[in-house]
Amino acid sequence: MAEKEPAVPQTAATDPGGEAARSVPTSVGIERPVDTPKKAKRRDSGSGWKGLLGFLSPVVVLILWEIAVPLGFVDGRFFPPPHAIAGTFWKMTLDGTLFADVRVSLVRIILGFLAGAIPGLIVGLSMGLFRPVRWILRPVISATYPIPKLALMPLIILMFGFGETQKVITIALGTFFMVLINTMAGVLNLDKIYLDVAKNYGASRRDFYTRIALPGAMPLIFTGLELGMGMALLLIVAAEMTGAVSGIGYRIWAAQAVFKTKEMFVAFIMISLLGYLFAEGLSSLQRRVIPWKQL
Amino acid sequence: MAEKIVIKGLTKEFVTRDRVVTAVKDVDLTINEGEFVCIVGPSGCGKTTLLRILADLETETRGDIRVVHSDPSKPLNSMVFQEQSIFPWMNVRKNIGFGLKCRRVNKRIIEETVERYIQMIGLQKFGEAYPHQLSGGMKQRVSVARAFANDPEILLMDEPFAALDEQNKIMLQEELLKIWETERKTVVFITHSIDEALTLADRVIIMTSHPGTFKMSVDVDLPRPRRIAELRSDPHFNRLFTELWGVLREEVYKAKANEGLTINDDEFHPDHSQTLADESRLVL
Ligand SMILES: Nc1ncnc2c1ncn2[C@@H]1O[C@H](COP(=O)(O)OP(=O)(O)O)[C@@H](O)[C@H]1O
Ligand SMILES: [Mg+2]
Repeated sequence: MAEKEPAVPQTAATDPGGEAARSVPTSVGIERPVDTPKKAKRRDSGSGWKGLLGFLSPVVVLILWEIAVPLGFVDGRFFPPPHAIAGTFWKMTLDGTLFADVRVSLVRIILGFLAGAIPGLIVGLSMGLFRPVRWILRPVISATYPIPKLALMPLIILMFGFGETQKVITIALGTFFMVLINTMAGVLNLDKIYLDVAKNYGASRRDFYTRIALPGAMPLIFTGLELGMGMALLLIVAAEMTGAVSGIGYRIWAAQAVFKTKEMFVAFIMISLLGYLFAEGLSSLQRRVIPWKQL
Repeated sequence: MAEKIVIKGLTKEFVTRDRVVTAVKDVDLTINEGEFVCIVGPSGCGKTTLLRILADLETETRGDIRVVHSDPSKPLNSMVFQEQSIFPWMNVRKNIGFGLKCRRVNKRIIEETVERYIQMIGLQKFGEAYPHQLSGGMKQRVSVARAFANDPEILLMDEPFAALDEQNKIMLQEELLKIWETERKTVVFITHSIDEALTLADRVIIMTSHPGTFKMSVDVDLPRPRRIAELRSDPHFNRLFTELWGVLREEVYKAKANEGLTINDDEFHPDHSQTLADESRLVL
């Protein structure tokens, strides 16, 4: 805090305080270099032909793939040529199975995500803010967090049978831990000075939640949401392995049973697309919710 | 005048893993209602700790503290912290109005108050800016405005202007004097600048080097309202400066000695107050 002010403060809306340069503390085992987006952008926009290459490279891969199958370099039974996948994609679009699959999975993912993220957020904030809550819950969380959610699936099936509840709960469990752990880390990483200020200026318990912990932990909360979203996509495939009649995950397993790899690839495309859309949605939400963070 | 803060035998020990640090030791201090007190002492002598105890952010190990809360409609104290403390996730206006918001003050009154203090610190154009868009000095001005806007009975200020450049420092000192001379709040103001202490205070308390304890109290009988430019050339101001520095330097040297530094005493020329001022800046 010893830096001098710029000579003409009224025009200096830059960041001599260096706040933005301070990296966001990361939570358990998550790499998050904060300033890469900025750098990457500058590097990419520097020369247009690099962007063109980035667009061309997948196209080249597709063409090579297309050629390699008839030439026998690639086994078409496992890797059907792109034009065949495109045909199946079109067929599944027309007969409505694609839309039905996506809709069913989307509902499960969104319900599971919300059912996990909201409690994760609340418990994470409470554990971060209040030491007694942390003392009580930390052992429980530490003991249950490492159990792979896949390992819990059979138990969930025993409890809830095959149905929507089972799938939603499986996804919720995975999301819950990701959001909880990152939210708690976000609050714990808050500079203690902010809690002192809040206390000194008469913040109520509710103010601590809504004006300090929640906004302060927001960057890490979003990391948790992103990871939770990845978890949800992973778990939807597992959850729809059994006891489902539609859904993207179901489509993959069903295709495997009858060796319809083309349908499988269509499902891969859809799940990749969903992942991309979720990531985009989250990052645009993030820009709106965290305007105070230079991105 | 009524007693506002009474401290008796205050001791604070921090227990860390391998040792006990006595930050403040046996401090006795009485501050009257409406008094402006500056606390000066070498760094590490426990000034911040003392202020944090007054702000109820730290509990004393031993001793008694009595703070009189006379007007329940006002908050008892508001602190200006030494380090960067404005919320990165609130814009300048929200930061300044934070205390009022916590007290559920009427929205329109919050807006008016924020407007007044944002003018005072000269950041009207930055009302919607977030802290990462401000310089260090601007952030510190916001944290001063946040405390003033909260209108507490006691202002606790921990080296609030130390990071500011000279112009801004003088501007805010003048503003503080103006506010104090009209509102007569109780102010406990920590500084490492004797200049600043003499400019602002009714009374300067000198603390000893680590562990900090009460060393001396000097009444600053300079007339008010004070004009900063005139003070500097006032012979009485300079006499007081010499007197204070004479007492303080001893403690500063002790503090330095504890840090294992040696200072050659002959380098200084204690008979000229300007050199003295330089020396005090150099050493404190
Ligand atoms: N939370 C703490 N834990 C341990 N030691 C502390 C803590 N806070 C302050 N101290 C120690 O107490 C002494 C006084 O610190 P401080 O009050 O910050 O001094 P000052 O503000 O006068 O520079 C220092 O030696 C410091 O290291
Ligand atoms: Mg200090």
